[in-house]
Amino acid sequence: MFKQTKWMTLSLILCLALVTAACGNNNSGSSSNSGSSESGSDKKVTISFMHLWPEGVSAGQNKIVNQIINDYKKEHPNVTIKQEVLDNEQYKNKLKVLSASNQLPDVGVTWAAGFLKPYVDGKLFTPVDDLLSGELNGKFVAGTTEAYAIDNKTYALPLEFNIAPIYYNKEIFEKYNLEVPTTYDQFKQVVKTLSDNGVAPIALGNKDRWTGSLWYMYLADRIAGQETVANAITGKAKFTDPGLQQAASEVQSLVDANAFVKGFNGLSNEEAKSEFTNGNAAMYLMGTWDLPNFTTNEDIPQSFRDNVGFFKFPTVEGGKGNADSWVGGPGVGLFVAENSKVKEEAKAFVQYFVTKWGEQSVTGAGVIPATKIDTASLQLPQLYIDLFNELNKASSITLFADVQLPANAAETHLNMIQSLFGKAVNPEKFASEQDAAIAKGN
Amino acid sequence: MDKVLSNKKVIALYVLPSLLLILAVVYIPIVLTGYYGLNEWNGIGAMKWVGLDNYAALIKDEDFWKSAGHSLLLAVFSMVSLIVYLIVAMVLAAKLKGANLFRKIYLIPMLLSSVAIAQLWLKIYHPTNGIMNSLLESLGVANPPAWLAETDLVLFALFIPILWQYAGFYILIYYAALKNIPSSLEEAAKIDGANSLQIAWKIKFPLVMEVVKVTIVLAVVGSLKYFDLIYVMTDGGPNGSSEVMASYMYHKAFKAYDFGYGSAIGFFLLLICLIATYIIRKATASKDTIQYS
Repeated sequence: MFKQTKWMTLSLILCLALVTAACGNNNSGSSSNSGSSESGSDKKVTISFMHLWPEGVSAGQNKIVNQIINDYKKEHPNVTIKQEVLDNEQYKNKLKVLSASNQLPDVGVTWAAGFLKPYVDGKLFTPVDDLLSGELNGKFVAGTTEAYAIDNKTYALPLEFNIAPIYYNKEIFEKYNLEVPTTYDQFKQVVKTLSDNGVAPIALGNKDRWTGSLWYMYLADRIAGQETVANAITGKAKFTDPGLQQAASEVQSLVDANAFVKGFNGLSNEEAKSEFTNGNAAMYLMGTWDLPNFTTNEDIPQSFRDNVGFFKFPTVEGGKGNADSWVGGPGVGLFVAENSKVKEEAKAFVQYFVTKWGEQSVTGAGVIPATKIDTASLQLPQLYIDLFNELNKASSITLFADVQLPANAAETHLNMIQSLFGKAVNPEKFASEQDAAIAKGN
Repeated sequence: MDKVLSNKKVIALYVLPSLLLILAVVYIPIVLTGYYGLNEWNGIGAMKWVGLDNYAALIKDEDFWKSAGHSLLLAVFSMVSLIVYLIVAMVLAAKLKGANLFRKIYLIPMLLSSVAIAQLWLKIYHPTNGIMNSLLESLGVANPPAWLAETDLVLFALFIPILWQYAGFYILIYYAALKNIPSSLEEAAKIDGANSLQIAWKIKFPLVMEVVKVTIVLAVVGSLKYFDLIYVMTDGGPNGSSEVMASYMYHKAFKAYDFGYGSAIGFFLLLICLIATYIIRKATASKDTIQYS
């Protein structure tokens, strides 16, 4: 009897061990890293780094990231950087999933303001003020680090500074004898001529929704003025303001005029971009993070890249906004996870990355970094220099609504944008839904 | 051997590992989800008890019931398509030339991952240079619609790849069931002078009835909780016109950071599936079981 009990207990323990091993493996397999937390630089350290520049989509940035990582490894042979690369939308989703299960990578990419807030509230990012007061002191463009500060502590170091011009295909414009429009009436004329001739005037992929938000924000800025837009987003003003509602109806009249590429509400941004780069659409409103595709990216034919120009969003007659007011702002930044086991090493890596990125991203990727740069001493594409000069004389820069707003309000805004473009809501409902969501404060 | 297997302790021992696994991975999370639904939680911070508020808000939520309607529509279409699959399986089970090859061809979509299927159909449905619209234009249709952008069409446009994905699965099940029918019955019917249609309707169909009942439950419940292609192809579609319950839950939990509400939706979805299963089993229950020697 005793022997039988012993045999049964043993096999029971064995079975349980197998079961827990099977369950337990799921958790430990995806945890951040197994590096040591000792400060001695002789110990082997692994830093996990998740970013959103895949080779196929952002070739320029991807090359620089790998270059910086390789350089860092040469200077710190005991450090291994484990990369995880995703594209934009998937990155946003994965970051949320990882944050819910508290398994963020040691170093990752984040957006500013409202996007950042839940992570800061949940104490998932560690403050990086010590890096700001160290080597990087004074190297950032004014306003970039402030967007990443909550309660006077900075939680990420910005990498990019973006504005959003309207890129256009010079060849198509020449073919139909079109001049670059400076007023909105001229712009509507351009749209009409192109559409009459069977060319899609504007490439827009509104499945991702934030792309349509750019159009609305610019119209709102030009008609109601930058201050009204900024106040409506923070809740101090309302979207039912007549100027903002007029912007919404202008969007719908653009849709009616067939200004956007066919099926835009079901196309992703990437699909829309390919319509532009294939010469099927004449104009494309997008941020300067896409500059590499129009300047240095070898995958896109040189003949197309030579053909791309930009113009500022046209002014509206009688509107309160001027041509030098831009939508844009600090782009993505790097964060260090609060519960990272290699925080000090991760912070050192972030500092190195930001410095090198500032130096290399200008010439290597053709993007505008958040650190100050001296364009006089560098060989740069003309498109880049022109946009950089525009950035420096901008009268105001309004951060994208879906980044500024807290999560729930941002979702409502984006859904309303898609409904507005799809003509499923009228401007009044568009305004009231957004005001209600912003008033809720989450 | 019998002594070992009939020993209750040994039976318990054999069942225990899987039981623990299922408890840990399925049943306990279900209870936890129901519990999370009673809280307000943004996924990162602390939870706040709100009782049945989330469930009450859910019942009044128009968007949720709209998505539930879409899921129900998918379930109905799946059920109807089962008839087509049964007919195809009957044709394949008959000893025709090439039946073997077709069986393998029909099974291929099941081997593809959902994302691969989504990418494939995205290219087919592309508004300007997709295969579908290029074909329609070459046939003379003036302005073929943008399948994934028109709110009236998008749901039905999505049903096609969804049904296509699982066709092979059900055809295979029916084929196996049909093969189980002893051929002596068929031969007896032929001798009595029945033609193929009568054999199919009066002999084969009743004999595979039990299997058909199981597949109805599988199809309906699978459709009610379907997520993959909806999420990858349209992410709920222009203005929620292709939203289903599972994608609505995903949006609420992971995009709007409202895990409490998302959990409430998840738990409610479970209840709906349980009720649907119960109704179907009751509706298709038969008092006598068919026995063939």
